[in-house]
Amino acid sequence: MSENVAPHTHFQYEDARHQADSAIAGMWLFLATEVLFFGGLILAWIFCRHWNPEGFAAGAKESVLWIGTVNLALLITSSFVYGLGQAAIEAGRVRMLIWCCLLTAGIGVVFLGLKLLEWHVDLDENLWPAGPFKLHGAEADGGRLFWIFYFVATGLHAVHMLVGIVAVCWIALRARRAEFTADWHTPVTVVGLYWSFVDMVWIVLYPLIYVVGRLS
Amino acid sequence: MIWKFLPQASSSAWETDGLLIGLTLVTGAVLFLVFGLMLVYAVRYRDSSPIDRGKIAEKTFRFEISWTIATLVIFFGLFVWGADLYARLMIPPTDAVRIYVVAKQWMWKIEHQGGQREIDTLHVPVHTPIELVMTSQDVIHDFFVPAFRVKRDVLPNQYETMWFTAEKTGTYHLFCAQFCGLDHAVMTGQVVVQTQADYADWLARNGTSQTLAQQGEPLFIRYGCSGCHSGNGTVRAPSLAGLYGRPVPLSDGSVVTADDRYIRDSILQPKRQVVAGFAPVMPSFDGVIPEDDLIRLVAFIQSLAPERPR
Amino acid sequence: MSQTVTATRVLSYLEDGKTLRSWLLTTDHKRIAILYALSITVFFFIGGTAAALIRYNLVTPQGALPSAETYNRLFTMHGVIMVWFFLVPAAPVTIGNFIIPLMIGARDLAFPKINLMSWYLFMAGGACALYALFAGGVDTGWTFYAPLSSNYAQGHVVAVVAGIFISGFSTIATGLNFVVTIHRLRAPGLTWYRLPVFIWSFYATSVIFLLATPVLAITLILLSFERIFHVGVFDPRIGGDPLLFQHMFWFYSHPAVYIMVLPGMGIVSQIIPCFSRKELFGYKFVVWCSVAIAVIGFFVWGHHMFVSGQSPYASIVFSLLSYFVAVPSAIKVFNWLGTMHKGRIHFNAPMIYALGFVGLFTSGGLTGLFLAALAADVHLHDTYFVIAHFHFIMVGGMVSAYFAALHFWWPKITGRMYPETIARGAALLMFLGFNFTFLPQYILGYLGMPRRYHSYPPEFQVLNVLSSAGASILAVAYVLPLFYLGWSLFRGERAPRNPWRATGLEWTTDSPPITRNFLVVPTVTSGPYDYADPHTKLADV
Repeated sequence: MSENVAPHTHFQYEDARHQADSAIAGMWLFLATEVLFFGGLILAWIFCRHWNPEGFAAGAKESVLWIGTVNLALLITSSFVYGLGQAAIEAGRVRMLIWCCLLTAGIGVVFLGLKLLEWHVDLDENLWPAGPFKLHGAEADGGRLFWIFYFVATGLHAVHMLVGIVAVCWIALRARRAEFTADWHTPVTVVGLYWSFVDMVWIVLYPLIYVVGRLS
Repeated sequence: MIWKFLPQASSSAWETDGLLIGLTLVTGAVLFLVFGLMLVYAVRYRDSSPIDRGKIAEKTFRFEISWTIATLVIFFGLFVWGADLYARLMIPPTDAVRIYVVAKQWMWKIEHQGGQREIDTLHVPVHTPIELVMTSQDVIHDFFVPAFRVKRDVLPNQYETMWFTAEKTGTYHLFCAQFCGLDHAVMTGQVVVQTQADYADWLARNGTSQTLAQQGEPLFIRYGCSGCHSGNGTVRAPSLAGLYGRPVPLSDGSVVTADDRYIRDSILQPKRQVVAGFAPVMPSFDGVIPEDDLIRLVAFIQSLAPERPR
Repeated sequence: MSQTVTATRVLSYLEDGKTLRSWLLTTDHKRIAILYALSITVFFFIGGTAAALIRYNLVTPQGALPSAETYNRLFTMHGVIMVWFFLVPAAPVTIGNFIIPLMIGARDLAFPKINLMSWYLFMAGGACALYALFAGGVDTGWTFYAPLSSNYAQGHVVAVVAGIFISGFSTIATGLNFVVTIHRLRAPGLTWYRLPVFIWSFYATSVIFLLATPVLAITLILLSFERIFHVGVFDPRIGGDPLLFQHMFWFYSHPAVYIMVLPGMGIVSQIIPCFSRKELFGYKFVVWCSVAIAVIGFFVWGHHMFVSGQSPYASIVFSLLSYFVAVPSAIKVFNWLGTMHKGRIHFNAPMIYALGFVGLFTSGGLTGLFLAALAADVHLHDTYFVIAHFHFIMVGGMVSAYFAALHFWWPKITGRMYPETIARGAALLMFLGFNFTFLPQYILGYLGMPRRYHSYPPEFQVLNVLSSAGASILAVAYVLPLFYLGWSLFRGERAPRNPWRATGLEWTTDSPPITRNFLVVPTVTSGPYDYADPHTKLADV
């Protein structure tokens, strides 16, 4: 019976499948709100760049390209790894899922570590937008606007990453407690959606931060 | 009646009031209809009423379409009416007299072209189009004269303009209409509308020895503008003679009109709009020139006569 | 007593667990609705106290309160609390939470634990905002315009903003819950076009929750950054633009007003047919008008910025769209009237409140036409005319609708009837007090009295005194229900299942319902307003 498959089926649902589909729908809706959240930030980016294109580009040129790019590669890899984990549990292979989750979380931690390094470098270079600033003259204003966007965007993304890492670890823990089977593993799917989204946000932020100052 | 309390003191006031009356009539008619029907139905169809209710209309579509269309038509009419008057309010007459306003927490500083300064009071001549060129030194304020039916937000670091023609002499309230902090409610003043003769008198009595433009000329030299723009310098810079009010082709292909905002922005952010055919080498004077001096520079540049045509 | 006796009656949700823990850790949507209702009421009276002090101050031209700073902080907190901690959540989290599952034949919402979490988030946000209030307050206005709020204001801006930000998560969670519930937990046979307009309205509201609130969140983050670090994207001194703040802020805050009013429209769409004993006139039109309001409402935000320095071309477009968004509301009003036509009308308290909503919402909405007219707005912007306009809709309209809902569903929620005569009196008193308070403000606005003034020129005094007098009547009308509704909990007549003989699945449950709402999930075979059919189950009470 469905109760055996998913002992947590709530009484308002017909069966486990009904509940699973609803949970996934809920996560998609939540991700829609996140699109609008980051969308508003990107709107601010568009306007700041429009108001002072040279300063903005000059500020952007100071971003640490290698860290951003390594982080991009890491995150894309992590989504792939988690996807492997999802495929594993669909075949009932719990141990594989746990390893994939731990690896994903590990990659996430490396990402955050590199991010902290990057911020350290940025701060050392006087790129914090308030106070004494690396750029001077006509480019200073646009440069500050870029670096405001940079710290807000990467800060918010890092918070989302942290939440994601915790969620992935929680999946690993639940998997270790034998809560997931080939027939029922909805939380794995739901967290996977969130993780992929956080990955996608970085894919969008990457050109806005690292490429815009380096074209032309 | 109500205009004993709020005179129609500007050329656009009676038009705005006309629009407001029109809106009131539409509102009144709709309210009469809605409350009327509600009352009639409440009485006529109350549960204890024995009247024969007859058949209830099955098809509601024609009602829906009718009142949708009626609503759309009326609303569109009101939109056009409001937009038309607004468009005219946004375009000042070319012969408007410019007066400069600097707002700061919590006072209005006003400067006339002839150098006359006043605080919290604005003297203007009757029957003369006036264009206020306004900026703020701190937060957003709003210059509101109810008797003229006009207001405009006053922003920091840029010019906003507003125009009116006063048609009735008298003294009218000036309010700040954008919350600006502690003393927002007392950042008020007066607009004093005088006859042309009285205004000329007032200007003469309050004048400084120099107009704003005359005060601007030494600033033009002191800040180094003449080094490039007087035609003798080594750097090739656009001529400023007769610039004010002329169309200026820009390097990105667009054409803008050289108004107060353009001149101010060119001084503070010269790389934003570069004149076609010139290199973007002009330095920015942002943070170098204070607001009061900026006004005088702008006034001076406006006063430059056009060169003789070649 | 024998312990093997099986209960002949399933426990109602109120009896099912009597400890504090069973309430604070409940996942029952009905109990969560009660928790919310208590919180909302507290916030309403805090915001209301601020309003009382504001009206007290305005009785004399110099201002009766000791300082301008106090006044500025009062109107700011009044706005913040009433918008984010009363009007935005009120109907959805109390009436919506309680009624939506019952009305669609579900046993609970889609995500009960998230529902509970949303209440705790709301309380956390409220605690932040109240901390800021009692630590000295904020004086920027509820609109927090930059650069005033970011670089010049004294006060606890970041604390209030944090409180609003946290409460935003609560509303997003609620919206998410409602959308998934309405999509996936409808009873068999309950197709979309059989859903009551109440459900459509709350659905539209939830969509706005989801799409608009995140934009407010990022705006508040950017504002906080600028306030804390004294540099930001709204700062004109580094080439930023204060108008960007206004655009982003109003992109949320205009749809927010539809969040506030759409539930009210849904509520009266249930009450008017019931007390006219007649189906809702033009059901499909009312449904799609609700959707239209939600959609078009996202495109009109610039009408708050006609004199801000925004491009005149943009202003013209926003004006046209603002007139468009008014059309569906007008259509709904005509449909409600059409419902009354040839009905058999009863004047119970819910109906009086509902009719009050229709009248006051229409009045307020019509004054919106004034403000949408560009040249008229140039004169009226930031005056008391605007204050009167939105209070007519929010307070005259929405608060009336909220009280209408409270009274209509009170028997279902509590299992008791409220005392009808005094309730009708309170409804009429509210209508009277409200008009007395806010009608003079339209005139004040036309005459030029600006908003947010702690003192004013003496010629405005008479109208201000009238308005304050009305406010004292209104205050009584708000306090009365506290007493008689509270009284009814202990001494009210026990309510039958369907005291109003209304349509709707919620009326087929017990009053109050059992914890899981339905012993057997019903199957729906008829439309949502089947008052004409004498064979409906409405005969059973």
